Amino acid sequence: MKDSIIKVLRFIGLGFFEPVVRLANGEDSKKNTIEILKKIVAPLASILLFIGVWYTGAKSLYNTEANYKIEKTLKDQGQAEADKVKACIESGDPSCQPNTLPSPAQVWASYKVLLADHKVISADKEAFKEKTAALNEKRIAQGKDPITYTGRPSFVDQIKTSIKTVFAGFLLALLIATPIGIIIGLSETLRTSFNWLIQILKPVSPVVWLLLVFMIVKTLTKDSTGDTSFVISFISVGLCSMWATLVNTAMGVSTVDKDYLNVAKVLKLGTFQKIFKVILPASLPLIFTGLRITLSVAWMVLIAIELLAQSPGLGSFVWEEFQNGAMDSNSKIIVAMFVIGIIGFLLDRIMLTIQKFISFDKNEGI
Amino acid sequence: MAYLELNNITKTYGSGDNTTEVLKNINLHIEEGEFVAIVGFTGSGKTTLVNLINGLEKPTSGEVLFKGKPVEDTSHERGVIFQNYSLLPWLTVYQNIEMAVKEAYPKETKKFIDERIKEYVEMVSLSHAINKRPKELSGGMRQRVSVARALAMDPEMIIMDEPLGALDALTRGNLQDEILNIWNKNKRTALLITNDVDEGIYMADRIIPLRPGPNATLGPEFKINLDRPRDKTALNDNPEFKKTRNAIIEYLMEIGNERSANSEINYELPDLQPKDLRWEFNAPK
Repeated sequence: MKDSIIKVLRFIGLGFFEPVVRLANGEDSKKNTIEILKKIVAPLASILLFIGVWYTGAKSLYNTEANYKIEKTLKDQGQAEADKVKACIESGDPSCQPNTLPSPAQVWASYKVLLADHKVISADKEAFKEKTAALNEKRIAQGKDPITYTGRPSFVDQIKTSIKTVFAGFLLALLIATPIGIIIGLSETLRTSFNWLIQILKPVSPVVWLLLVFMIVKTLTKDSTGDTSFVISFISVGLCSMWATLVNTAMGVSTVDKDYLNVAKVLKLGTFQKIFKVILPASLPLIFTGLRITLSVAWMVLIAIELLAQSPGLGSFVWEEFQNGAMDSNSKIIVAMFVIGIIGFLLDRIMLTIQKFISFDKNEGI
Repeated sequence: MAYLELNNITKTYGSGDNTTEVLKNINLHIEEGEFVAIVGFTGSGKTTLVNLINGLEKPTSGEVLFKGKPVEDTSHERGVIFQNYSLLPWLTVYQNIEMAVKEAYPKETKKFIDERIKEYVEMVSLSHAINKRPKELSGGMRQRVSVARALAMDPEMIIMDEPLGALDALTRGNLQDEILNIWNKNKRTALLITNDVDEGIYMADRIIPLRPGPNATLGPEFKINLDRPRDKTALNDNPEFKKTRNAIIEYLMEIGNERSANSEINYELPDLQPKDLRWEFNAPK
């Protein structure tokens, strides 16, 4: 039982819980306590330290900004106004707070506001759905489009959109890059002929890809009235992120161990068999490394692309909040920052787990 | 006409100024049912020779004839046991052998294939590990899988490229016996490449030394006039064994010395005199 729990934990990348499980089972308490200190307490302490630095930094920035505001009022409008501003800032009135890096507490508060907002909006959506249910049925029966909810999306909806976009983009990258990578990897002629093109296109910035995709999609969807921003953003994400997979797949396929190829030759495997039974399994570890990079790149460029494509995801959330300039906009941006970071981390963990499932050690056969 | 013939084989790698001649003037005739061992130093071109015979590589000049026909490609008739086992790490023991059996018997039923795989796994006594992957096996077990894979294809000739080189002495001895058993039972033709003279004498009918490359050629052959089955422990006191062994080792030493005498590199040692530090430490201040 204990061993299987530890095995599972290790497998999904949560190996740091291992000493807790061991300690709970009454195993070598001194050693495991030290392990817990090392693997759990120390990382938590580093997070606390980070929050501490953030808190102090935010506070000093806040003071600088507040002092500047008071002094400016003093210079421009005299003592009376300055006192008023000072009193206003000290009272905590949102209308006159200095606009700077928010403190951890403010960010936490904004996080709760965003969640509450999500609840309100989903309730609203539910209500709308109920209200229009009968009408929509009638409309569908008449052959018309049903009425859909067009209110603003909540933060959680935006996260969902972003994840959807990333997965669509990742899938696109997978479907384009792996087959091409395999074909290129198999033939040296193709590899050399496409090498320059790949090397030139690889470092192109996400923004340029977006514009390129925009040019093409705009023309292609001239007649459609639907929303193209999702299509544009996921294609751009796919195109930006596929290069790692393409290059890694080609490399993996072209550098399969000569021993394995000799085995294929001596057993006289056919071309098809050779590719699917020997070359592909042998290059899977490298292909997967490529896919992992692709997914993290996809998530990274997604924000920039959504921001520009006006696709309703986290990227546009950040941009809208920045443009908005409301009292709590800054802290909402930071909430988004953490959400982006944590989701990126989770995505990488998922890929790592899948990778561990299917890969093997290179020297196992020898 | 011999079963396997190598006539005036030359093999070079590279081109232009970078040409290295690995093998030169190789002539080898092996009769059907014979067990021939080729002994040589590491780096003398043994693996190249094996690859020429099994069809993985083509000679630069000369011809390899197998049953009178030139060797153009690999063939199921010649089974190979590789030096480094070359098992596919993502497949289990069963699957590794299955791959070979399926290729050798494309028209047979699933049942036949399954039985054949199990039979050969049983033969190398790995039935308990049939569903394990190579990484879970020891070196000796891996090599046994490799042996089973090569033999399950029922080749007419077994080519072994230093199959036991990386194993400890005990495992080595066991596997030598297993290979001899199989060879004896089915009366295959076998070619063993090795760097161990004792192994060669114990297993083979004839031993041919390979003079070290570049320009490796085959030396004079040594016939082993020992009755089979040979007893490993008794062999050490057998005068015939001692005589053959000494003759081969003498020959190998001779060409080894020749090689170092012909070496063109001169090592110039610095002319250093050790300094006597005793007096400096004890000198009165």
